[in-house]
Amino acid sequence: MASAVESRGFINNVLETVGRRTSSVFVEIGAVLIFLGQTLRWTVSPPFYWKSALKQMEMIGVDSVPVVLTTALSTGMVLALQSYTGFKRFGAETLIGTVVSLSMTRELGPVLTGLMVAGRAGASMAAELGTMRVTEQIDALSTLATNPMKYLVVPRFVASTVMMFFLTVLGMITGIAGGYFVGVKVLGTNPVTYIDNSINYTEVKDIWFGLIKALVFGAVVGLIGCYKGFNTEGGAEGVGKATTGAVVVSCMLILILDYFISALLW
Amino acid sequence: MIEVIDVHKSFGELQVLRGVNLSVEKGESMTVIGGSGSGKSVLLKHIIGLLFPDKGRVIVDGQSLNDLDEYGLNELRKKFGMLFQMAALFDSLTVWENVGFSLKQHTNLSDEEIRKIATEKLALVGLKDVEDKMPAELSGGMKKRVGLARAICMDAAIILYDEPTTGLDPIAADAINDLIVDLRKKLGVTSVTITHDMHSAYKISDRIAMLYKGEILEIGTPDQIRDTKNPIVHQFITGSAVGPITAE
Repeated sequence: MASAVESRGFINNVLETVGRRTSSVFVEIGAVLIFLGQTLRWTVSPPFYWKSALKQMEMIGVDSVPVVLTTALSTGMVLALQSYTGFKRFGAETLIGTVVSLSMTRELGPVLTGLMVAGRAGASMAAELGTMRVTEQIDALSTLATNPMKYLVVPRFVASTVMMFFLTVLGMITGIAGGYFVGVKVLGTNPVTYIDNSINYTEVKDIWFGLIKALVFGAVVGLIGCYKGFNTEGGAEGVGKATTGAVVVSCMLILILDYFISALLW
Repeated sequence: MIEVIDVHKSFGELQVLRGVNLSVEKGESMTVIGGSGSGKSVLLKHIIGLLFPDKGRVIVDGQSLNDLDEYGLNELRKKFGMLFQMAALFDSLTVWENVGFSLKQHTNLSDEEIRKIATEKLALVGLKDVEDKMPAELSGGMKKRVGLARAICMDAAIILYDEPTTGLDPIAADAINDLIVDLRKKLGVTSVTITHDMHSAYKISDRIAMLYKGEILEIGTPDQIRDTKNPIVHQFITGSAVGPITAE
């Protein structure tokens, strides 16, 4: 009898915990959507802080170039090497160029760039705004009759979206160049056939699909980085949690949205 | 000039303000005292519209903050200056850019003109040759002075002080007290200060209000507060560990 009561109590506790966590997830999703709505609203209403946006473009975009170049180059080279091993088994080595081009434009270019920028710039945004929140600098902006959403969030959101586009273009080119180097210079594939196959089987829409993904991922990184920073609570520990949260949530959203955008633009 | 009428505020289960009523006249220096966690900062944030009451109203210059939209609220905030507990200077801006921030945002003045005004305001709070320093290069007392210069840069009519002497050594704290009194004489501003530093409260206030458990327990001139018969207020102002207030 006592054991039945205990197990009912345990089940109730589990259900309560699951219910509370599920509810808090939906509350968080709602809060992010409201934050997105406010960000879009303030993005289209003047004044626009151009100088601040350009500074953010430098920090998010220009400063991310080395990490994006390294990742894309390595990925393109490894992709060529691995696909060569597979294709050689049925005599299709000449298709390495096609695989590298399609993978880099449709998938790996935007996704890897997104993940790298989320880890670097998304974390930095969350840490900076989180510190400003816990040291009351964001409240200070409000008391100085300046809208913190417009002054802090909009420039970062715009810069992240725009720069992710250009970084992805750079990532695509670098990855394809890396694949060419390994395919032609290291593995000895015919360069003309390699380039022909790359161009003939890669359509303009493949590039656009990748760039649409880049714009969405850029918006996600900017939005989540700013949201987490803006809603930081609890001093240094809170800033740490916000920073980690920004990277984890941005990366997860990039991977989840990647599937849905791919399915939509099939 | 400022009226706080029956303001209630809760954060989740925690009820912080339970019907606060407070009236501050034009040109008056009002100080709200109370222990840590008594709701002083929450009250101050209601006065400048950083927080809004669950119930009740805050009226400034005849305008109810609850009824203002974003634009109206920002226009009203231009009448305010606020000195934060840890100064809240913008890390990425130099001292003069911090002080002149409002001018940069809300006027068409050139950088040279803003810098000149910022230098004047810095001189008013006793600082020289710090214009190009970054906030990280300043001492705690200097940061507070820069914060004060920023608060008065747009010629605010109301200045809010959030624990102005907290974290300062006694001499720097008293210098800030003198500065608050001096600025009031020179600029004729209305001020609301929250503090638990009684030396500061007696020195800078026309009236002192004691906030306890989310309500104003007693209000009066510094002399009236010194002579209070209320055991809670008496314990607080004498700083005794023995009495109706227990340390948390």
